[in-house]
Amino acid sequence: MLTIENLHAVVDGKLILNGIDLDVKAGEIHAIMGPNGSGKSTLSSVIAGNKVYEMTKGNILLNGENINELDAETRAHKGIFISFQYPVEIPGVSVTNFIKTAINASRKAQGLEDMPASEMLKKIRQKAALLDIDTKFLSRSLNEGFSGGEKKRNEIFQMAMLEPKLSILDETDSGLDIDALKIVANGVNRLRNKNNAVILITHYQRLLNYIIPDFVHVINEGKIVKSGTKDLAKELEAKGYDWIKKELN
Amino acid sequence: MSYTEEELKKELETKEYEYGFYTDIESETFPIGLNEKVVSAISKKKNEPEWMKTWRLEAYRAWLEMEEPDWANVNYEKPDFQAISYYSAPKNKNQYKSLDEVDPELLETFNKLGISINEQKKLTGVAMDIVVDSVSVATTFRDTLAKKGIIFCSISEAIRDYPDLVKKYIGSIVPARDNYYAALNSAVFSDGSFCYIPKGVKCPMELSTYFRINQAGTGQFERTLLIADEGSYVSYLEGCTAPSRDENQLHAAVVELIAHDNAEIKYSTVQNWFPGNKEGKGGVYNFVTKRGICYNNSKISWTQVETGSAITWKYPSCILKGDNSIGEFYSIAVTNNFQQADTGTKMIHIGKNTRSTIISKGISAGNSQNSYRGLVQVNSRAKNARNFSQCDSLLMGNKCGAHTFPYIEAKNNSAQIEHEATTSKIGEDQIFYCNQRGIETEKAIALIVNGFSKEVLNKLPMEFAVEAQKLLEISLEGSVG
Repeated sequence: MLTIENLHAVVDGKLILNGIDLDVKAGEIHAIMGPNGSGKSTLSSVIAGNKVYEMTKGNILLNGENINELDAETRAHKGIFISFQYPVEIPGVSVTNFIKTAINASRKAQGLEDMPASEMLKKIRQKAALLDIDTKFLSRSLNEGFSGGEKKRNEIFQMAMLEPKLSILDETDSGLDIDALKIVANGVNRLRNKNNAVILITHYQRLLNYIIPDFVHVINEGKIVKSGTKDLAKELEAKGYDWIKKELN
Repeated sequence: MSYTEEELKKELETKEYEYGFYTDIESETFPIGLNEKVVSAISKKKNEPEWMKTWRLEAYRAWLEMEEPDWANVNYEKPDFQAISYYSAPKNKNQYKSLDEVDPELLETFNKLGISINEQKKLTGVAMDIVVDSVSVATTFRDTLAKKGIIFCSISEAIRDYPDLVKKYIGSIVPARDNYYAALNSAVFSDGSFCYIPKGVKCPMELSTYFRINQAGTGQFERTLLIADEGSYVSYLEGCTAPSRDENQLHAAVVELIAHDNAEIKYSTVQNWFPGNKEGKGGVYNFVTKRGICYNNSKISWTQVETGSAITWKYPSCILKGDNSIGEFYSIAVTNNFQQADTGTKMIHIGKNTRSTIISKGISAGNSQNSYRGLVQVNSRAKNARNFSQCDSLLMGNKCGAHTFPYIEAKNNSAQIEHEATTSKIGEDQIFYCNQRGIETEKAIALIVNGFSKEVLNKLPMEFAVEAQKLLEISLEGSVG
């Protein structure tokens, strides 16, 4: 599904990604872990097509197609979704209106008509139920005054609505209490199928108790320095990131 | 980010005036210049009675002694009032019974504007008194309204057919000497709308007028007089678009509203005069005086969406004279490129238990300057007066300006006055967030701006809200709309 080759990226003249290689197949869940400042979030931004970061080398392939030059919205139309660590507020735009606009934008890109209102409503209700979201929540302004948990749940709700091929969950566990974490993890697990893939970006092992990854990668100084199975995450939790750094030296 | 500020600015600059075209209808235009003869000639041209001519001449003499105000936060070259022609009428001045009789080229103009009278008539049930330049050329639905005793016609017709009503009310709220532009308007007003709703009548449809400036170098001086008698209700819509011009065009309108006891007037405006090109050349000067008076238990609600004009100077106001009367002002003002707007409201609390609400949303882009100027005045006898004001500004890019000038004068200690203000900027992170969800940048800006303006858009009648949203989009973007 997603193939990343020798990816280098720079922001403000500073090299953040220094040769990332990654291969994610349909149906898989990959966890990317690493200390603060290691380049985890930059990786998700670059995959999404955020132009603040300049790709200086390498390739990003989605289902065999090189997407290096595609803008962010086109990448989204092709099925890339980011659950943001810090979702932005858009005052006056309701959760419903926003997701409706997003869905219809993708449909338009595919040459489809707007989704009929009744179908949209049905889908919204169904996905809201999946994530234990009160329908009142859906008429609130996007992320305005939302608690940390509400913001993250809203991200996963959008993911459920958009049904992306590749979802990147950037620090989705941060700011979540244990109940919210369970609901979010449950949602992700139920949305998972053999045709889509998930990348979890996380600092802690906690989330991986609820969403079991097929592969775990450790990123340090812009490079994947170690890959393994879920046991690697547990080892990291026990020994800390310093262990990896020491091992590298 | 996916969309940098540079790109955003460039895109905003490339926005061209969508309604920039010019209709070549045969017109009869006065030579340029202004003096007593011209004022008399306008009056004569319109077959006005002597009292009207006298009133105009008095206004003209008052105007001569006045000075053009310069306190507003706008900079422009003062118009040369002797370089303007003060009267321009389509030559074919017959009142049409059906659309077939109307100049096909004019109909084509309406089609370009997307306001085909035909469609409007059939689909929306809106009666329109369409003013092209200075003289009404088409009026619809008058019969339906007449059955209820509602008078809706051009002000010229009203002067001819209902002189007592006009004489009683014209200049009663905005006196000829009120200010420089009001005096000018009083002297030379060409046409406009008149509306009278009798006692206890609820107007069954939204009343609508479309104004346009159409003749090169012709100033437009519209005069609107709207009277809602006791216990009546009316919703009045006013919208305008104008063709592109290189020279500046002066527009100095006066609107007077009278809400008698227990009456309610809802007055909505969508203004889209030519704003000038991206270098700030051309564009309409819009110097408008709008004011309404509320008697006991009555209500006036102003809603405006201002997207056009090079210079806007406009403060729709309410004099809350009667006890328990209510004044409302909901405004969206968009400025782009080199547009300058100084707009707001005055709420004058005179009666007891009077209430006013002010919601102002200013959106600035390009090199524009957008100012809110508002006065809340509570007079000594206005017991328990209340006001709530909220002024929000949204900035795009870093070359534009947003300014807020709220004035509060409270002379009664039972008054409760609240003022809230915020300033925010459309962030690259907001746009990227939308991009990541598959929403392209233009649509993202429209979404953010519409969200920001929602409280005001919600106040517009349904069919107008759609047009207003469209205008917001084309005012701020390259090709959306």
